[in-house]
Amino acid sequence: MDTRIDFYPTHQHQGYKLRPGRPVPFGATLVPGGVNFAICSRYATSCTLVLFEKGASTPLVEIPIPEVFRIGNTWCMVVFDLDYERIEYGYRMEGPWDPKAGHRFDASKILLDPYAKAIGGRDVWGEPPDWNDPYPHRARLIFEDFDWEDDRPLETPLADLVIYELHARSFTRHPSAGVKHPGTYAGLMAKIPYLKELGVNCVELMPIFEFDEFENSRPNPVTGETMYNYWGYSTVGFFAPKAGYAATGPLGMQVDEFKNLVKELHRNGIEIILDVVFNHTAEGNEHGPTLSFRGIDNQTYYMLTPEGYYFNFSGCGNTLNCNNPVVRMMVLDCLRYWAAEYHIDGFRFDLAAILGRDPWGAPMPNPPLLESLAFDPILAKCKLIAEAWDAGGLYQVGSFPAYGRWAEWNGKYRDDIRRFLKGDEGMIPALAQRLQGSPDLYGWNRRGPTASINFITCHDGFTLYDLFAYNYKHNEVNGEQNRDGGDDNHSWNCGAEGETDNSEVHALRQRMIKNALAILLMSHGVPMILMGDEAGRTQRGNNNTYCHDNDLNWFDWSLLERNTGLFHFARQMIAFRKTHPLLRAREHLGISAVQADFIWHGVHAWNADWSPGSRTVAFMLRERQAGQGGNTNPVLYMALNAYWDALPFQLPELPINYRWHLFANTALSSPHDIYEPGHEIPLEPYQDSFLVGGRAVVVLVGRP
Amino acid sequence: MAIQVEVSTRNEITVVTVAGEIDGGSAPGLQSQVLPLLQQNGALVLDLAGVTYMSSAGLRVLLLLYRQAVARNGRVALAGVAETIKDTMAVTGFLKFFTVAGTVDQALTTLQQA
Repeated sequence: MDTRIDFYPTHQHQGYKLRPGRPVPFGATLVPGGVNFAICSRYATSCTLVLFEKGASTPLVEIPIPEVFRIGNTWCMVVFDLDYERIEYGYRMEGPWDPKAGHRFDASKILLDPYAKAIGGRDVWGEPPDWNDPYPHRARLIFEDFDWEDDRPLETPLADLVIYELHARSFTRHPSAGVKHPGTYAGLMAKIPYLKELGVNCVELMPIFEFDEFENSRPNPVTGETMYNYWGYSTVGFFAPKAGYAATGPLGMQVDEFKNLVKELHRNGIEIILDVVFNHTAEGNEHGPTLSFRGIDNQTYYMLTPEGYYFNFSGCGNTLNCNNPVVRMMVLDCLRYWAAEYHIDGFRFDLAAILGRDPWGAPMPNPPLLESLAFDPILAKCKLIAEAWDAGGLYQVGSFPAYGRWAEWNGKYRDDIRRFLKGDEGMIPALAQRLQGSPDLYGWNRRGPTASINFITCHDGFTLYDLFAYNYKHNEVNGEQNRDGGDDNHSWNCGAEGETDNSEVHALRQRMIKNALAILLMSHGVPMILMGDEAGRTQRGNNNTYCHDNDLNWFDWSLLERNTGLFHFARQMIAFRKTHPLLRAREHLGISAVQADFIWHGVHAWNADWSPGSRTVAFMLRERQAGQGGNTNPVLYMALNAYWDALPFQLPELPINYRWHLFANTALSSPHDIYEPGHEIPLEPYQDSFLVGGRAVVVLVGRP
Repeated sequence: MAIQVEVSTRNEITVVTVAGEIDGGSAPGLQSQVLPLLQQNGALVLDLAGVTYMSSAGLRVLLLLYRQAVARNGRVALAGVAETIKDTMAVTGFLKFFTVAGTVDQALTTLQQA
């Protein structure tokens, strides 16, 4: 090894031994004897590497990268004999200060490497930072030698996923979580048995790329508590896991801890999807801090108006210029890195419609970034999920450029199911589309039901409990006089706003939650459950809890004791979905060659009422050959009644020798509301109708 | 950071006793001292009771030893690992590669039974 001549220095600066580096890979890479640093900027005129002892406020040394080391627009240099663990590095860039032309170089700033793979400075969550630190988010070097043994991404078919959306800190931060390291990746790892018991096979983590919880932190005008950038939808470094989420963050071992979490999830059959925020960065607009991109190459990294101001399609001050080729390459490098180095199974792209805009903000018919991601050979088996809208008014649910690869958060599913559940008229035709995997959105283009990520609740908006406990949002504690957060919640409080002693209201809420869970898990498409909805988690009517590090966000695990019935119901519904391939169709029935059908019924069998006044529908899912020629596969039936009174639903006839069995009936209370799959209760042999309670759903299985 | 390393043999098993802080500065030295002690089909006990701090680089030396031992069809046991270090190892995935014992005697017993 050490016989290669390029393992030896050729230059030196103040005793530091150097040699010309390699331009790729970008970032800092450990090489024999030293570290290869590489960074690019189109308009910088010089670049200086700034090295710190870990945590020090003044640099250890500043090494101007010799002009002769520059290749094109890339500065690259090997520095020998660095103690990998005790060094932090940044850059100073010289270049024009000319905001009108898009240049904001400032050599007084020390800049974070966009490719930094570990970032110090916020090692312990919530620890007040030194506001005078000249380099607040500090790039560190990491070992990329994690011992994965036989692990690799699971490649579970999308149609088989049951996604659970969670916040890495909220999941186990509450004292009731009872874990050794609350609010961390290690805490999440300790709760894997719970996830398995629930039956979900995929967790989707809200942002875990390094962010600054102190970005725009402020005292709460109502409570006095500190309000944080708690959710973390504001990236500081795209290649680094959030150190403050790691129990070992103070030791700088967040990379190992996170990889170990992924490995343990995989060992338990659970995939991991990351919620990634490529639409903007933590630098905000022209009044925000210069942390990295702004000082490295403002004109490249951001979408700028002709006057040099920041376009704000994200609603967060700036817009990452994703279809500039350099930025596009960074996004691709980043996702490849997480897929290959962290074994991540998929990505959910926040405000993904932005990724289809050109550098001047116009939507493109064939966006190169989305195409690159769809065809990339390293990301080839990763799930790609778009939040197919942005804050600039581009709404692409059903029309997101998909290249046969992209799935979407189906916002129409959320809205239509909510409206049906609360009893709105005229919802039956839309409901039927949503139950079938939204063929109106994803059928004509052959994207299939798995293009639809079905959800009724997500981190944005009400929890499932609050959806049926509040008519209105209650965001006063967010400090904006209740002006923030969406107003189109399609929620219904079931008779009393918020907490109540009224047992009838309480029972109705439980039933409504079960109705929602049953619909979600019986629908074609890919179900996503919000953390805690299986236990009745509440945010006390707050539908925008982005800033709260308290029990508005934390999962209170004692809810599982109070709402055992809900958890039991959710668990059995998930198990039912896993039991029946009919519920996990890869293609839209009726459009594809699949030999199975959705057959619509109503209170009258074979005769659904599609009229505007209707609040009922039923459907049967059946293989065409069921009951014939030795095919004994089950037939599934679901009756949905959003009307306030009980209605008898006439049951369709079954094949000879088949008999209906009751799996779920949300009109009954636990434990009579649901049975273990395979242990359903047989109906009377000649029972030809079923009384479905008001605002209730029933699921039957027909089998021999 | 300086560390002390002592090597002895008990019941034909090599016992390496380490004291001090294992970090990026001391890890390479430890590695060069311990690696040559691994023998074909051999067993080795690392007594870490005197180790007060272990950085990421230190954990990597342990894993390297383990991998080298496996390659030689040998075994490595750790003894006397401090609770905080053990916890870090558990959270980051290093721990489960090793046979871990409270004391050197227990480690010897375990290795001899295996």
